[in-house]
Amino acid sequence: MRKLLLQSLIRPILTEKRPAPSQDALRQLAGEVGAAARRRLGRSLSIRAVDAGSCNDAELEIHALNNAFYDVERFGIRFVASPRHADVLLVTGPVTRNMAQALERTWNAMPDPKWLVAVGDDAADGGVFAGSYACEGGVGAVLPVDLVIPGDPPSPKALLEGLLALLERADRG
Amino acid sequence: MTQRDWRGISGRPVERHHGAPRLEVDAENWLAAASALSSGRFSLLGLWGDGGAVHMAVHVQDEPGDMAVLSLACPDGAFPSVGRLHAPAIRLERAIRDLFGLVPEDAPDLRPWLDHGRWGVRHPLGRAEPAAADGDDYRFLPAEGEGLHVIPVGPVHAGIIEPGHFRFTVNGETVVRLEARLGYTHKGVEGLMRGASLDRAVRLAGHVSGDSAVAYALAFARAAEAALGLDAPARAHHLRALMAETERLANHLGDIGAICNDAAFSLMLAHCGVLRERTLRAAESAFGHRLMRGRIVPGGVTADLAGEGVAAIRALVAEIRAQFPALVALYDNTTSLQDRTVATGVLKPELARRFAAGGPVGRASGRSFDARKAFAYAPYGRLAFSVPVFEEGDVNARIWVRVREVEASLSLIEQLLGSLPEGPLDARVAPVNEPREGIAIVEGFRGDVLVWLRLGADGDVERCHLRDPSWFQWPLLEAAVEGNIVADFPLCNKSFNCSYSGHDL
Repeated sequence: MRKLLLQSLIRPILTEKRPAPSQDALRQLAGEVGAAARRRLGRSLSIRAVDAGSCNDAELEIHALNNAFYDVERFGIRFVASPRHADVLLVTGPVTRNMAQALERTWNAMPDPKWLVAVGDDAADGGVFAGSYACEGGVGAVLPVDLVIPGDPPSPKALLEGLLALLERADRG
Repeated sequence: MTQRDWRGISGRPVERHHGAPRLEVDAENWLAAASALSSGRFSLLGLWGDGGAVHMAVHVQDEPGDMAVLSLACPDGAFPSVGRLHAPAIRLERAIRDLFGLVPEDAPDLRPWLDHGRWGVRHPLGRAEPAAADGDDYRFLPAEGEGLHVIPVGPVHAGIIEPGHFRFTVNGETVVRLEARLGYTHKGVEGLMRGASLDRAVRLAGHVSGDSAVAYALAFARAAEAALGLDAPARAHHLRALMAETERLANHLGDIGAICNDAAFSLMLAHCGVLRERTLRAAESAFGHRLMRGRIVPGGVTADLAGEGVAAIRALVAEIRAQFPALVALYDNTTSLQDRTVATGVLKPELARRFAAGGPVGRASGRSFDARKAFAYAPYGRLAFSVPVFEEGDVNARIWVRVREVEASLSLIEQLLGSLPEGPLDARVAPVNEPREGIAIVEGFRGDVLVWLRLGADGDVERCHLRDPSWFQWPLLEAAVEGNIVADFPLCNKSFNCSYSGHDL
């Protein structure tokens, strides 16, 4: 283990440069956040992720945000276990009817100010699952969405660009 | 009517079914098959509804390549329960009842499974009836005794994982019973499959469980090809196997890191996470998508592998070969980590065999079944690889199966790149103007994925069933965690890594 740790010290770091915030996300978020919210957020975002029936692809890429290449915590973005601690609810999946109630309860448990980000094409409008008896057809059908990060699934870079846009808007107020 | 005999089961063979024999049997032979499952002569591969009939796929336990589909018509909306004799069928029968309204007679458990009373409709794939959508009560199995208490967990979990509900009955720190309630991610994929074109259907298949996008698309494509009587070109077979092994690599690397992380050893997660990311990036540059989704279609593949792609994969193999052994040694030599994984969450070989558990779960408990060997589908029949099998059945054994499979996949990828044939990428899918049925099983990273389908005369899907390996692994997690401490549940759960989405469908 010592050798591995030592190597980590002398090897060049893998973490990549900060990508620019997504322009599309900035447009979606134009003028969303007030000064009070900015004071509360400071320069960080706490995120609670909820899988509302995704096919687990978006979860894989959200997990990747924590690997050495993207290292999302350096931007003050971190994932928290409780909705009580969260500023942002990150929702994946087309919102299955079996998950709709749990999703709403999670949202209601979050303190204001709060934002809702829908991740992936299925969370946007149901995607390939649109029209099923078992799906609501996207997060927007159940809760008010602030930002959609599209993709099938969105890559970690796309996720990061979207979250940075949210952070920038929140920061500028 | 000509009758045919398959391993002592007698029935009328269905001509239009390909990939394995299908027999239409009577109730007596249906029950004889259930008895053979119960005695261990057969293993259950799947059990699903289809309008007014039920089908079960079985193979001879000692000859895994010897498979058949047995079908029973249910004119009265009921069929003799297989679960009564063979427990692995119980949840499948509950799902059949929810989706089709077909009742398993004398079944030991008639509680709903996928239907939580939220769809606004009952039996959506059978005789659909409108219903209230305000949610059903669910009765968990009782556990009684002095000093017991209950810990309910989920469906929203603390981490970034899929939703499911776990109910622990514990005595102090020790888990006395775990009962899972699943179905939260039920998206109605099999409903969406009805009437779908082959293009849309293979896209849906690729969205059943995102971590197995390749395995599902491959299983679907092979089932459709079996039905239509066509074979993909040799180059397509090779590229498909390349994608399948790359998918296995990415998932196993991620799982090895994540299991160790659940034992609070995050160093492994960090290093394995780097290798996983490199694998996904190589997949993107070689095949155009990090999860290699949408590349496999009935008839072949949609994208060729160019020179840069080959170079990216070769570089990946070299990188993993250089880094991985040190990580394996780290795992093996860290006593605090071994203390958590060795002898934790033991799954007895007898149970793994009875439930026909596939993937690392089965192979860590002595069950050697691997669809790549059992069916030797192209191009695996020509490739040299061994299937690692351990007997201990604990978390440690499940890690070691994955370690050995990473090594095997690296070797397979090298063999595939070294023997990549030239030629076309796809065979033309031509309409055959008659209904056809097909079945295929492929080995995903989690275990064997089964796809059965019936195509109409127009070539569209009439019925498609996709069976995730998790169906036969989730119940075993409940058995493996019994007698362990609550704090070891995440470790046990991650070492199984069952799919919620693939199971709930």
